[in-house]
Amino acid sequence: MSGGHESNDDLHHELKLRGVLGWIEYRLPIFNWINNAVGTNYPTPKNLNYFWNFGALAGVALVIQILTGIVLASHYVPTVDGAFASVERIMRDVNYGWLFRYVHANGASLFFAIVYVHLFRNLYYGSYKYPRELLWWLGLIILLLMIITAFMGYVLPWGQMSYWGATVITNLFGAIPIIGDELVLWLWGGYSVGEALLRGFYSLHYLLAFVIAALAVVHIWALHVHRSNNPLGIDIKGPQDVLPFHPYFTVKDLFGGSIYLIILAALVFYMPNALGEADNYIPANPLQTPAHIVPEWYLLPFYAILRAIPDKLGGVIALAAALLVLFAVPWLDTSKVRSARFRPIYKQLFWVLVADVFVLGWIGASPAEGIYITIGQLASAYYFLHFLVLLPVVGKLESPRPLPDSIATAVLEANRARAGGRR
Amino acid sequence: MTTEPKGDGSRRDFLYIATGGFATVGAGTAVWPFIDQMNPAADVLALSSLEVDISGIPEGHSLTVKWRGKPVFIRHRTAVEIQEARAASVADLRDPVRDQDRAQKPEWLIVVGICTHLGCIPLGQKDTDPKGDFGGFFCPCHGSHYDTAARVRKGPAPRNLEVPDYEFLTPTLIKIG
Repeated sequence: MSGGHESNDDLHHELKLRGVLGWIEYRLPIFNWINNAVGTNYPTPKNLNYFWNFGALAGVALVIQILTGIVLASHYVPTVDGAFASVERIMRDVNYGWLFRYVHANGASLFFAIVYVHLFRNLYYGSYKYPRELLWWLGLIILLLMIITAFMGYVLPWGQMSYWGATVITNLFGAIPIIGDELVLWLWGGYSVGEALLRGFYSLHYLLAFVIAALAVVHIWALHVHRSNNPLGIDIKGPQDVLPFHPYFTVKDLFGGSIYLIILAALVFYMPNALGEADNYIPANPLQTPAHIVPEWYLLPFYAILRAIPDKLGGVIALAAALLVLFAVPWLDTSKVRSARFRPIYKQLFWVLVADVFVLGWIGASPAEGIYITIGQLASAYYFLHFLVLLPVVGKLESPRPLPDSIATAVLEANRARAGGRR
Repeated sequence: MTTEPKGDGSRRDFLYIATGGFATVGAGTAVWPFIDQMNPAADVLALSSLEVDISGIPEGHSLTVKWRGKPVFIRHRTAVEIQEARAASVADLRDPVRDQDRAQKPEWLIVVGICTHLGCIPLGQKDTDPKGDFGGFFCPCHGSHYDTAARVRKGPAPRNLEVPDYEFLTPTLIKIG
């Protein structure tokens, strides 16, 4: 980079390569491809905050899951008789097997945490709005596949929670009228959760990781068309609004990534079982159900919605609707303003929704009895109220604060205000 | 970074080198478990020695046992076989070793039954097997001939059949590995 300040024409950072790299580039322009994707030639809104770390972090988390998963798969035995013992063998006998399993299990938890922050970042800053609806959909499809993949992965150790989780979730399909019973029989490949299901889940768990990876590439592709949204939620107007992705945001992502790795290491090395269920260290027993079946924490809100409806089919429909309603959010939100910064009412509703989801998580982990049932029903009802009623209505009624002219002017103003405050 | 005035780079250089060095050590530390997980696991290493009772093998007969997933040939040699093995001129062998250095007790030949050419199992353990031109073992895959001390005498194999570590715990009980 020449000089401290860049002129407006200076933002086109085409790589000029010589020697071996130039020879390759002439035949396969991979270096400019990378440079256009995450390099100096990818203009990025200059005002991105740390919530924009979470997309890159999700990518890192996925790579960690795939790498550790490949190792685990090479020591795991997908049979009813061998699964539990092979996981224990990984823990005790395989060199660093404990490390791979703990990174994989806690990595899955952190992957969901990252993706949830990523999702709520979008809800706050309105990133799902025109022209990023399809980008939002691709993210939601990835989330759906993550849920399916995580559930299948949780079944593989064949402990009590694995077995009974698989039993409960596959029985959900029995709620479908007419074909339900046949469908469950088909899923099981037998008269109960057993060998056929375990092997099928193993195969699909492995496959879906790569389907997710492929969809992540498409997700990033769609992102690059209209580029990142930003905390102001206004479009890029010109070169003064952007900075090259590298080095400004690679460094920012590296910083966030380091913190993520520290948290992952802390979980893996100091509290590897904190997020898991102790019951899953008991081998699967088809003749005894654990007293209290709970999914992993990242599925608890959905589990609470499932249990809120005192009807088998109704619960399943509510569970599916809780996810599917997110696909309609770009059209349910009637406001033309993206960022909640300029939407005084929506901003508050956003935080109520966050609180509501935490309440649902707490209810999902609580026993299905007494006051918990009522709270769960209220919280579930509010979840749908937010998306189906409040979101469309508030968009119409609310008068948003004035938007800044451009990212650049807003950034300069903020800097001036900060400098003034210091004086 | 051309924006850095000369002579003022030491602080930034230090940061680059420290970060890069730390990242390199971190990457190496992360890569090692991926390599080491492919090494034999603790339960595999625990099975790495095997005790065999050889009292039931009559002279002129053999027993094949599985050790570390490979066949080990235990042959109770006849006086003729021992004599043949010791009579061979060591200097003329492809992989010159004296029979005395291969068999702790002359009547017991203990070798790993894997041809040193490409890993097939040579014939010669059963009475009805072809034993090759030198009365020991014959590998049918590519035609290697081994003598009664399991030394290669003919064919493509580069080395003699491997002698595993073993010891006689009692005159009739050996420990392999």
